[in-house]
Amino acid sequence: MALSALNAAWLIARKDLTIEFRTRTAFLSALVFALMAIVIFYFSWDPTAIPAGDLAPGVMWVIFTFSGLLGLHRSFGIEQQDRAIDGLLGAPVAREAIYLGKALANLVFVVGIQMVAIPAVALFYNVSVISVAPALAAIALLAAVGLVAVGTLFGSMAVNTRLAELLLPVLSLPFFVPVVVPAAQATAKLLNGRPIAEVDGWLRLLGAFDIVFVTVCMLAFPYTIEE
Amino acid sequence: MTSSVAARDSLESRTQSGIAPVFDWFLVAAGAAVIGTLVRAMAFTPVELRQGPAQKIFYVHAPSAWVAFLAFGLVAVAGLLYLWLRDLRLDRFAESSAEVGVVFTTVVLITGPLWGRPVWGTWWTWDARLTLTLFLWFVYAGYLVLRGAIDNQEQRARYSAVLGALGALLIPFIHLSVYMFRTLHPQPIVMKPGAPSLPNEMLVTLLMAFASFTLLYVALLRARYRLSEARSALAHQEGGDA
Repeated sequence: MALSALNAAWLIARKDLTIEFRTRTAFLSALVFALMAIVIFYFSWDPTAIPAGDLAPGVMWVIFTFSGLLGLHRSFGIEQQDRAIDGLLGAPVAREAIYLGKALANLVFVVGIQMVAIPAVALFYNVSVISVAPALAAIALLAAVGLVAVGTLFGSMAVNTRLAELLLPVLSLPFFVPVVVPAAQATAKLLNGRPIAEVDGWLRLLGAFDIVFVTVCMLAFPYTIEE
Repeated sequence: MTSSVAARDSLESRTQSGIAPVFDWFLVAAGAAVIGTLVRAMAFTPVELRQGPAQKIFYVHAPSAWVAFLAFGLVAVAGLLYLWLRDLRLDRFAESSAEVGVVFTTVVLITGPLWGRPVWGTWWTWDARLTLTLFLWFVYAGYLVLRGAIDNQEQRARYSAVLGALGALLIPFIHLSVYMFRTLHPQPIVMKPGAPSLPNEMLVTLLMAFASFTLLYVALLRARYRLSEARSALAHQEGGDA
């Protein structure tokens, strides 16, 4: 009996999150990486010349991108152990559902990093995010969906190559550009107290990217796991 | 699966019948056409009033950009066709086109700053089209890295097809997201409503450059395609995967 695709996706996401919750290896290392990067970035320029608030949005988005990559690689790395992927492929679920489940687990991973890293940036860089919290959360979520959509597909490809985790950033980073640019620009405007209407165009670009790449990557995914 | 096996068999019978000659007349002819165009550009085309001789690089820069876009467009088309038809010749075509495309993109990225320095006063600027070209280079350099990291021929073809098609889809998004930075590039001067705004002699040289560079692309593509056919046939004889 075949499960409905959404049910199957949910089960797969829950499986990945349970593994992650019990081991916590990827999340903790990504989180520690993010916090250290936030601190190191602070010392990489002259704080008397550039106010910390001007650098905060860029720092935030560079860090989400790189710490997200740590989780994305693990997403299919855990399926390599004991050829667990064969079990998934043998299950009576659509390949698209496997993609959605993996992507959902990765989304929770990236959003989890954001929920700690954004307050950390606010604290260390002395910027106020409370007044713009809803808009900032919307940007963060839209951007996370875009990063995860592409990253999940490439993660499944990279893990089957000789270069494995080395290949993931090479493939993904160019695709992250149309996510990171709008997200960082919109964040910068919001933190400078500009009204949300001014970031409308950036938000639409993020939304369009999400719709197109979630759809296309889901359709492309079955081609990456044929045996 | 069976279709790819059939494709491999038909390919084997094709490649073993004839070995490509070492001397490539087509490539020589295309090279001669490009040199002819450049001679015309240097010696028989008027010097631009404001930019001076620096403008001559235009006749290399613009056609190379055209060829790069053409090459990457064909990588995407060949990739999609591969996922549908599963014919390894399509993959070899995509591989060849991507490699030639990366070479022409490199030419664009080298001639661009050389031209920008005297005319814009800066080697590099984060202009929309410049940035887009740079990211195209990254995407297809990544494409070549990906190909190098997979040993299985069929898997390599599938993965490259997915990446090649996604790369083409990425272009409008990168363009939109970097467009917000004011663009320094001139607006279209040939393909626009109304008459082209180039003097006739320059226009003829430019069109000749487009034609000869496209010819060079086809010649390089053909040479590179034959190389991968020969390589695959050789690997097949040795009983391995190319």
